[in-house]
Amino acid sequence: MPAADPHRAIEAVWRIESARLIAGLAHMVHDVGLAEELAQDALVVALERWPESGVPDNPGAWLMATARHRAIDHFRRNKLLERKHAELGRELESQEMAMPDFDTVNDDDIGDDLLRLAFIACHPVLSKEARVALTLRLLGGLTTQEIARAFLVPEPTIAQRIVRAKRTLAEARVPFEIPRGPDRAARLSSVLEVIYLVFNEGYSATAGEDWMRPALCEDALRLGRTLAELVPNEPEVHGLVALMEIQASRARARVGPAGEPILLLDQDRTRWDHILVRRGLAVLQRAGQLGGALGPYALQAAIAACHANARTAAETDWRRIAALYDALAQLMPSPVVELNRAVAVSMAFGPEAGLELLESLAGEPSLQAYHLLPAVRGDLLTKLDRLEEARAEFERAATLTRNARERSLLLGRARACAPGSAPS
Amino acid sequence: MRFLSIYKTVERGVPPTQEEMARMGKLVEDAMKAGYLLATEGCLPSAAGARVRSTNGKLTVTDGPFTESKELVGGFAILQAGSREEAVEYARQFLLVAGDGECELRQIFEAGAAVCAAPRV
Repeated sequence: MPAADPHRAIEAVWRIESARLIAGLAHMVHDVGLAEELAQDALVVALERWPESGVPDNPGAWLMATARHRAIDHFRRNKLLERKHAELGRELESQEMAMPDFDTVNDDDIGDDLLRLAFIACHPVLSKEARVALTLRLLGGLTTQEIARAFLVPEPTIAQRIVRAKRTLAEARVPFEIPRGPDRAARLSSVLEVIYLVFNEGYSATAGEDWMRPALCEDALRLGRTLAELVPNEPEVHGLVALMEIQASRARARVGPAGEPILLLDQDRTRWDHILVRRGLAVLQRAGQLGGALGPYALQAAIAACHANARTAAETDWRRIAALYDALAQLMPSPVVELNRAVAVSMAFGPEAGLELLESLAGEPSLQAYHLLPAVRGDLLTKLDRLEEARAEFERAATLTRNARERSLLLGRARACAPGSAPS
Repeated sequence: MRFLSIYKTVERGVPPTQEEMARMGKLVEDAMKAGYLLATEGCLPSAAGARVRSTNGKLTVTDGPFTESKELVGGFAILQAGSREEAVEYARQFLLVAGDGECELRQIFEAGAAVCAAPRV
């Protein structure tokens, strides 16, 4: 029997423990960048020792103790440095150099520390790309290399992005805290947005050869489920988790044998992942039980749930979906929501009604380069048997998408509209 | 990727103590919160179960208890993990609480998913 590879075992421990480790350390040293370095130092020690000693029974506690020693060394050195600087007559902010209280962290607080870590990684002083990279790195336990591969970006680009993000946080003196008061809602929605960005990048890759990158979806789900337990009374967190669970449940049904995308209504519903469907529906119920009107994520989850509850595409309750999109459009007016509303309306009340809604979107500047607008128009025109117009729309959509798989799907639909071709 | 963890242990004939239940409850709760535990169930004594076997097309049913086997299935879990090693770590954490026995980890077939022979790419 081959012995387990110790390095891979340590990587696995890292993936499980790193977020809690970094969160606890950031609590002690008030500096996320330093906390991450200390955690990395502890990992290096583990990589040296564990192959011989074996993985300790409680690897998280071991890593924390090791990192804590490093932290104490670090601050002792700085103290020394401070004294030398003081001798040279320089002024230093003693507060920053003060030895932190290393006993303040205990296991009960770690949840709050994880939450603080999520808030700081998704802080609005950072660009969206930086928030995503930092969140995956600090909370997802991904290496720079893994993030780079997931986003098809060169590794040095991600490394730089993370370094710059940590510097920005330090320079802006962003506190390691859970925001209170009016700030809280906006900060929380930034965290949710980042998680959903990660999910979507995995679920419908905007670039590259593959339509989906499931590992990113799993990372986003992990982050979402963790967050939902950290802030159990926020309905939108449960809404987002429900939305992701239900969408992810379709993952294996939405790709054909050759890697081609299969659209929702054409999917073999027996291939949906019913563990995830059940989880999603349960979480959505939890969002509803917290009271109040459903927010944008919960509404989208409710729409996804309508599909999940329909055993066949024909049984879909399109009127309810159209109504949910109405509510969503009022809460979060956007051309993309309107586009989806038009699809739902066309299914509930006929393609003309949908096409009418689309007319109002024709001049929308933000949709000029959005491939789904012509794709949906093409679909509705096909249903109305206006095939020549439909073909032009599908061809236009094909030129707009950046995803190779989707492009070939759209070109296929365009060809199917040509005179004499068999109906698709 | 997902793993089925089949837990096998010697049947004790006594129900778990309050303290054992509490420790296992805490582990399951934490694991559900962390998101890696997708589903898990524990089994009642084998006296409540049965074995259904097909041999050369002939079905036989044997009611429990299964006294002839040393270790019996005591429960299962479905784990979401980034690698086989990660699943092993979860199984290890489980056994630290559950006590003596074995977790047989089997990667679950998922269409389109890479077999876990290589690290995550």
